[in-house]
This record gives sequence, structure tokens and C-alpha cells, in this order.
Amino acid sequence: MRHGARLRLRVLLLILAATAGLAESAVAEPLVAAPLGAEWPPAGQVRAPAETTGAAWGRLWRLQDYNTRIVLLGTGLLGLASGIIGSFTLLRKRALMGDALSHAMLPGIALAFLLAVSGGYSGRSLPLLLAGAAGSGLLGMVVILLIRHGTRLHEDTALGIVLGVFFGAGVALLGVVQQMPAGHAAGLEDFLFGKTASLVARDAWLIGAAGAASTLICLLLFKELRLLSFDDQYARAKGLPVVALDVLLIGLVVLVTIVGLQAVGVVLMIALLIIPAAAARFWTERMDWMTGWAAGMGGLSSLTGAGLSAVYPGLPSGATIVLVASVLFFASMLLAPARGVVSRGLRRRRLTRVLIRQHVLRALYAASEAFGEAATGPSRSAAGDGSAGASAVAFTTLLAARSWSARDLRRELKRAQRAGFVARRPDAAWSLTPAGWKCAARLAREHRLWELYLLTYAEVAAGRVDHGAAMIEDVLDPQTLQRLEAMLADELKQQSADSGRLDSGGGAAPQTDSHAEGEARA
Amino acid sequence: MNTEQTAGSVEVARASVAPLWVQDLTVAYHRRPVLWDIELEVPRGQLVGVLGPNGAGKSTLIKAVIGLVPCMSGCVRIFGQPYRRSRHRVGYVPQRESVDWDFPVDALDVVTMGLYRQIGWFRPVTRRHRQTAMEALDRVGIADLAHRQISQLSGGQQQRAFLARALVHDADLYLMDEPFASVDASTERAIIEILREMKSRGKTVLVVHHDLQTVSDYFDHLVLLNLRLVAQGATAEVFTRENLRATYGGRLTLLDEATEAMRRGEGT
Repeated sequence: MRHGARLRLRVLLLILAATAGLAESAVAEPLVAAPLGAEWPPAGQVRAPAETTGAAWGRLWRLQDYNTRIVLLGTGLLGLASGIIGSFTLLRKRALMGDALSHAMLPGIALAFLLAVSGGYSGRSLPLLLAGAAGSGLLGMVVILLIRHGTRLHEDTALGIVLGVFFGAGVALLGVVQQMPAGHAAGLEDFLFGKTASLVARDAWLIGAAGAASTLICLLLFKELRLLSFDDQYARAKGLPVVALDVLLIGLVVLVTIVGLQAVGVVLMIALLIIPAAAARFWTERMDWMTGWAAGMGGLSSLTGAGLSAVYPGLPSGATIVLVASVLFFASMLLAPARGVVSRGLRRRRLTRVLIRQHVLRALYAASEAFGEAATGPSRSAAGDGSAGASAVAFTTLLAARSWSARDLRRELKRAQRAGFVARRPDAAWSLTPAGWKCAARLAREHRLWELYLLTYAEVAAGRVDHGAAMIEDVLDPQTLQRLEAMLADELKQQSADSGRLDSGGGAAPQTDSHAEGEARA
Repeated sequence: MNTEQTAGSVEVARASVAPLWVQDLTVAYHRRPVLWDIELEVPRGQLVGVLGPNGAGKSTLIKAVIGLVPCMSGCVRIFGQPYRRSRHRVGYVPQRESVDWDFPVDALDVVTMGLYRQIGWFRPVTRRHRQTAMEALDRVGIADLAHRQISQLSGGQQQRAFLARALVHDADLYLMDEPFASVDASTERAIIEILREMKSRGKTVLVVHHDLQTVSDYFDHLVLLNLRLVAQGATAEVFTRENLRATYGGRLTLLDEATEAMRRGEGT
């Protein structure tokens, strides 16, 4: 754990180095010259229709195609960066900011396209479209900030307004684009849902560079961003430029969203920012590891999604990437060891079982003790040998001892019977076996000691109670325990003196009279 | 003219020695002033309690001093300097409720946050920094919980972690926002022990407090606040029935509590 930070750095540097190495090999032996023109779709990207899916898989797998290699590298880096940036925005509770911003980019794209076409240029110039996206994205951000600071509306309202209005405007403008002479609009919908096949090497380099740069920035500012996300007031008090860091974080979101538009699309880019980070949160309680997990899952889902989309050109890569990411998310949600749904459910069930087992044993102990005292006096220790004799308790008595359902009680009794703690007599009454008696006596004693402890040391005890019903010996120091036991013994002596009888409860339960306690608890 | 100048320089001289000196401070949220014309001078090396009813502006006072909320008017000096320049001499302990405790960091991470400015931009946290943080955790008595995720700490332990974060960097003036709020009795005792030890080393500690019972036991100097400054001065002089009535208004139960506290204070 102490080496967490260094390890984190090493892991991420390794990932970077590995991808960089991949890139180098890609540059070293380009098999297919990458078209550098803004022509769309690029020549290198068009596959002969006769090629089978299997052959396409083979090409993908062996990374033979220079363009494919570059595209996979670029989208992989994009996913990695999104995972890292997403971790910060998620923990900064700004997850939806990215959503609003990416939707706000749509009208900018459509408008840039319209302007270019009406000006007589090709509407598909990538720099122009990205500039449009950045422009309207930034405008959306300004509007969000204006609403948040200028009015008393909450941030989520501002986000909702900007998201709705800008996306609405974008869809309307796309409608206009669609009504233009055929052929113009082709490819524009790729910005909505993403299409790996529309990426050329140059785009991929852009994506990869932006991803690597934002990853590097996040690593360099890791501790500042962590403090910002955890406690911004303290960060401000310590003199960190909180506003600048927030702007930087949003700026990184805008950056990866813009470069990710072609691969993932406006609508789903936010998923790549949120899902890997949210999935990562399930696996760890440390932020450095969470960032690493998010980077890994983001990179993996991008690679897989982009690969699938490259093999099946009909699959929009954005949707595929997000689907892969969400498979990882649901797997994390269910299966993660500490925070996962399954393990939490199991833990809760185990705890419930332990508690109900304790309740049954103690109720049986209390009831049979009372019964034994009333009917057979000292011979109640006969129950200790488990014979169908002294102190069996009827099911109805047990049922009345606590507010539990007959079904739960019956089930637990059967379970305890299998475990060898209780025995059932032919007349349907239940009694404790020697093992059960021993266990119940210990439980009753512990509960009684805890109660005494809380009463006696009320002021210091509160801090220790969250240890729950752990073994009292593990929590308290021996002296305290000794004093408590002495007090308990005194109390018992007092009780037996009051009732005019000698305490005869030697054997299994020397110091305990759990009768009163059992009632008090029930 | 001449006398005015002398008075002015006396003012400056006094301001330069006081750990915290506030003049004419007014703070407003959304057109509603929450602190009016506060004048304060906190003496060095004392435990100072800030008292007042809910909504009296106790937390706001601290936040205004360190620039977390904007001041409409007024002047704040810390050791004669604006906060911007004396930041390194101030330790701040925010309210425990101000953060999300399900955040993926452990207690040691929280404490090292107090060192971030010292470590500087772009540099990683090293073993030496972690060692320093560990010592601070040890001072507040939860070194054994250093690697526990913070949501698995009890309320008192979380408060101790916050205190350790302020202690890890050696400041001269500490500002603490409700450090005793909903902590268990042993934590309260541990914290007041630490505060007394800090005082003995000449530190000045300003504590927003809510429990009138412990006031005369804990603090040397008091600031009574209810939107305006009601009174300030040595606890023995300021902690009177009239002042408390002026601070808390006609809230009888509280006054009874205060009377009881004063009676006990006189008894000791």
C-alpha cells in the first residue's frame, strides 16, 4: 500500500510505453500507406467486398493493416485517458458536466458543416467540424456557468437546460443538413454514433496524442486533483487554484470528447467518461488504483469496441465500445470482492444468519434455564448431557420469546440441529446439546459483559461499540475484563442471596444468569 | 492630524502582533448579511472559543478569515499579514460533514493532503512525507487505522484524521470548525488534550464550539457571536449570564444550561 503511488506510476508508464512501442512498430513498417488527405472515406479504409469476416478478423488480429493498427492504438489511448479523467470527474461529482458538454457540441458540428457547404467548401473538413464542436461546447460551458453563478438554480438544472436546448438545436440543424442535396450529409451521422471505419491514421494520431497528453497531465497533477475532488474548501484554504484546476478538468473533458467524436460519437462519449470510472470504483478503496482500473477498463473496452467495429463496418463503434464497457461495469457491480452486489448480499446474509443463530441459542438457553429452575431446580445442568430429559422448550415458547416468524425460527432450528447445537425431542420440544449449551452460555456471558461495560464505562465505550458483537476478549484489555467479571459475579451473588438460594449453576454456565437479560433483549 | 497618524501606527503595530485581527468585517450571502461589523483581536497562545446559536455566523467567520466566502467589507490580518501571505502559518480543520467520506482514500492519504503545498506541484508523495503523516496520526491516537478507508472510521476517528491533517504541517494559528461536534467522549478528551498541548507550545487555536457546559473548562478567551459581535475577552469576564442572554436571546433551556455551567465554573 505504501508503494501505491509509485506502483501506479509504473503501471501507467508501462501501459504508455507498451502502446508507444506498438505505435513505433506501426511506423517502422507501414504496410499500407496512410492517406493523409482529408478525403473521406479514405482509400485505404475501403475493403474489397469479397473479403470474409474471418479474413478481416485475421487482419485485425495480426495487426497487419497499418491503418487498423493506428486506429486501435488511438482509440485505446482515448479509452485510457477517458477512464482517468472520468475518475476525477466522477469523484468531483461532475460526471454529468461531460454529458451536457458533449451534447452541446452537436449544433456546432452541424453549423460548421452548413457554413462550409454554403461557402462552397467541402463540409467534411475535420478541423472545421472539430472547431465547430469545440466552439459550441465552450458556449455550452459558459451558459452552464452563467446559470449557476448568476441565478439561484442548482447545477443539475443548468446542465439539464444546456443539454436539452443545445441537443435540440443540433438535431434541428441536422434536419436541415439532411434536406440538402444528397451526398453532402454522408458521414455526418458518424459524429452522432461514432464509426471507426471513418478514421484515418492522421485522426488516430490526433486522438492518441490528446489521450496521452491528458493522461500525462492527470498523472502530474494527481495529488492536487485528488485533494480538489475530496475537499475543495480545504484545497482553497491551502491556496490551490481551485477554479483553475476545475477549468483544467473540464478542459480535459472537452478535449477527449472532441477527439473522441469520430470514434465514439457525441451521444455516447459521456459513457466512456463515466462507465469505466464507475466500474473501477467497485474494485478498490484507493484512488490511485481506481484510476488505474478505470484506465485499463476504458482502454480495453475502446480497443475491443473499435476492433469489432473495424471488422463489422455496419457496427457503430461508439455503441460497441459502450456495450463492451457496460459489460465490464455490470460484471464489476456484481462480482467485485468488497463493494460488489453479490459479496455484499452474501456478507449481509452471513451476518443475519450468525445473529439469528445467536438469538435462537440464547432464547433456548434463557427459556430452558428458567424452566429448569422452576421445575427441577439444580438438576437443570442435566440438560448438559443432551438427554431428552430436563429442560426442553416447546416451539411456541421459543416463538413467543422474540419477534420472529415461525418460518424463520423453524428453519434456523433445523440448521442449528444439523450443526449439532440443538436436539429435537419426539414431543417436538427443543433442547440444547452439550455443544449448544456451551456456545449459548458463552454468548449469554458476552452479552451480559457488554451490557455491563456500556453501563459502567458509558463515556468511553461509545467509540468501541462499532466493534459490534465481536468477542469481548478481543476488544477490551484484560484488566477491564477482570473488573467486569468481578462485577458480574457480585451481581449474581446478590441475586442468589435475594432469592434465598445458592447459585447452583456450576458446570457449563458458571457466572451467568441470562434469564433477565434474555427478557430485556426480547 | 498628528494624533491620527499616531493612532494609525498604533493600530498597525497591534495588528502585527495579533495572530488574528479582524476589523469591520461584513459578509453577506444573497443580499442577506450573515456577519455585521465584526471587530476581533485574538491574543497569542490561547484557546479561543467561538460561541453562538445556530446560524449566528460562526463557521462563516472562519471561512471569511481564510477567504472561502467573499467579504463585502472589512479587513482581516493574520500575524499582521493578509491571509494570502500568511497561509503557511494557518491550519484549518473544516466541519466533518463538509466532505464525502465514501471517497476512495485511507486515513493516511487524508493526512498527507496537509503536506501537498509543502511537497509542491508535480512532485509525488514520498516515504518521508508518509512518515511525517504517520507521526501526526500517532499524535491523535489512530496510527493503527492509517490504512483504513475513511468511511470505515467512526465519527470520532474521522474528526481525529482531520485534526491530524492540520497538525501535520506546523502552523501558528489553527482554525477549527466544530471539532467536537458528535464525537465520542474519549475523542473529545483526546482532542482537548492535544489543543492544550498546542497552547503550551505557543500556538493559538480558534475553535467553533456549541457545548456551553464545557466552555469555562476548555477556553481562555471567548468570542460571542450572533450576526454581530456580542462580546469578546477573557472567559472569566465574558462568560456571563447577560452576555449569553444577548447572544442566545430568550432560549431558556440554553440559558439554564449556561447557568448550570457557570455555577460549576465558579465551583472549581
